[in-house]
Amino acid sequence: MSDVVIETRKLTKEFVRDEFHVIALKDADLEVRRGDFVALMGPSGSGKSTLLHLIAAMDRPSSGEIRVLGQDLRALNDRAIAHWRNVHIGFIFQSFNLIPVLNAIENVELPLKLTHLKAKERMEHAETALTLVGLGDRLHHYPRQLSGGQEQRVAIARALVTDPDLILADEPTGNLDAGSAQEVLTMLSRLNKEFGKTVVMVTHDPHAASFAARVLHLEKGLLLPEGQSAEWSASQPAAS
Amino acid sequence: MAIPLTYNFRNLVVRKTTTVMTALGIALTVAVLLSVLALLSGLRTAFASTGDPRQVLILRKGATAELNSGITRDVFQDIKFKPGIARDSSGQPMASLEMVTVINLPSVDSPQGMNLTLRGLLPLGVQMRGLKILEGRWFETGQREVVVGKSIARRYPGARLHHQLRFGKGVWEVVGVMDGGESAVNSEIFGDLGQVSSDFNRQDGLSSVLVRAADSSVVPALINSLNDDQKLNVTAQTERSYYDAQTSSGAPLQFLGVFVSVIMAVGSSFAAMNTMYAAVARRSMEIGTLRVLGFSRGSILLSFLAESLLLSVLGGLLGCVLVLPLNNVSTGIGNFVTFSEIAFNFRVTPQIMLYGILFAMFMGAAGGLFPARMAARKEILTALREI
Ligand SMILES: Nc1ncnc2c1ncn2[C@@H]1O[C@H](COP(=O)(O)OP(=O)(O)OP(=O)(O)O)[C@@H](O)[C@H]1O
Ligand SMILES: [Mg+2]
Repeated sequence: MSDVVIETRKLTKEFVRDEFHVIALKDADLEVRRGDFVALMGPSGSGKSTLLHLIAAMDRPSSGEIRVLGQDLRALNDRAIAHWRNVHIGFIFQSFNLIPVLNAIENVELPLKLTHLKAKERMEHAETALTLVGLGDRLHHYPRQLSGGQEQRVAIARALVTDPDLILADEPTGNLDAGSAQEVLTMLSRLNKEFGKTVVMVTHDPHAASFAARVLHLEKGLLLPEGQSAEWSASQPAAS
Repeated sequence: MAIPLTYNFRNLVVRKTTTVMTALGIALTVAVLLSVLALLSGLRTAFASTGDPRQVLILRKGATAELNSGITRDVFQDIKFKPGIARDSSGQPMASLEMVTVINLPSVDSPQGMNLTLRGLLPLGVQMRGLKILEGRWFETGQREVVVGKSIARRYPGARLHHQLRFGKGVWEVVGVMDGGESAVNSEIFGDLGQVSSDFNRQDGLSSVLVRAADSSVVPALINSLNDDQKLNVTAQTERSYYDAQTSSGAPLQFLGVFVSVIMAVGSSFAAMNTMYAAVARRSMEIGTLRVLGFSRGSILLSFLAESLLLSVLGGLLGCVLVLPLNNVSTGIGNFVTFSEIAFNFRVTPQIMLYGILFAMFMGAAGGLFPARMAARKEILTALREI
């Protein structure tokens, strides 16, 4: 596999509802290499989540090309995409999205249910992942018995338990206090540095973005060239 | 491979009020069906255990039951010497002339009294039925004495041993209680043929003849020769097939019971559907999350279907528990052919309970299918956005 993990060409996503068209993402060219830590920034509605969802194959592009881990996502059917996502992607949500009726270790074990691992191995892997995020002593706590920061750490454990190539996070610190946010960011940074995971993180927060090696800006569906930010483009009369 | 059942089970526990309400609806539906099935099963047992396959019951041609049949003593004499009839130890043909009528006895339960079958017969008839005496003794020829079936003794305090019954032309003494196993004989009163027929002025207007074939291989030939004899003008059939046909007295009840439970099942399925639609709506974000983790649409469908089935099995089990106390409760049913009471027990068998659970699962599947399909069809992003 080449070093390029994510590669998009003229990637466009258009939402059509009745006669109402929204171009959420227009002609985005993106290249992310193995081991990168990329932060996607931009104002609300600029298309950050849309881009992340296309990378995770949670949605299909309207036009353009997208290859993730060498796979042309448009070539896969629904079932194949589900399997592909289980193997290659770890996704972290802003609102944690843990299953309330399952405890921490059961939540983390869940994606392993789709692998060939035996029950005992699944539990061992889940415990290892939870220990890694510092929750080795909270294995049997239910989400409602955990703080927001702890919930997000369980979600991180769930995202990394399958040992995915790519970790995608949509505003992972958006619902957290400063202390918890710091813990989560440190953890993502460790996953990137120590375990060599490629991370793409959407964020509003410049402090969060500072953990990333690369920061990319989106503005009204346009992915700005690296190094340019919204303020810069706003000062250019002919930019959009 | 699939989403674990724990997930569904715990969700049922979390929304326990809705779960209990829905399961209770299913349970009541199952209970209605099961009580009808248990009743029919008891009725069937009562009739099916009646009759010896070697024995042939003879009625007047055209009669459907002993009650509306008429046989004269002359006809009886002709029947008795048909070939193929077994002989008893004294060399007499095993043929029993009997008279059957319905008498009305006062009852505590019902102001109109209870209709009971009275059978006048000779000791040979008793012997041919292989009945046991539970208490007391058999009636004596020429005496105003009766022996009652054990169900009657149990259900009518007035018909216990040594009590007196008033019917026909006077008072009769209960001298014994007989045990007919699970057969319909338990709901009959036996008395001496001569006494009974004279009380009802039917010395020559008797009801039926029961004969025993020498062995079971000659039964068809015996039946044919009786049926074909124009002079006799009788219908013959095995005793067993006669009683099997009597099970039809349960048919209207069966129809009503099945009809009511089907209507209720439609209601319960909709209740289950409602519950499951609510669950799908409430867990929309979880559905989206599961899909992001890699679970397929098929897994989502199966998971919600499984949850609905789990819910319905719970209802089914509850339904079984509800009807279990009915087991061996004895009851009576008016026999629509003879217009007399047949007493028998409800029988809640394991097989019947299995039917109940399958019936419940059918409701669960019917109610769960559309919500599960809706859950599976959601797009990931739509599912994640709904709260
Ligand atoms: N399913 C949809 N249907 C219609 N329009 C949509 C849909 N999803 C997103 N959009 C629109 O696409 C644009 C980009 O949305 P997106 O969610 O990518 O923004 P974002 O940068 O993640 O914003 P935020 O920071 O608020 O999360 C917005 O204008 C949004 O309204
Ligand atoms: Mg967003």
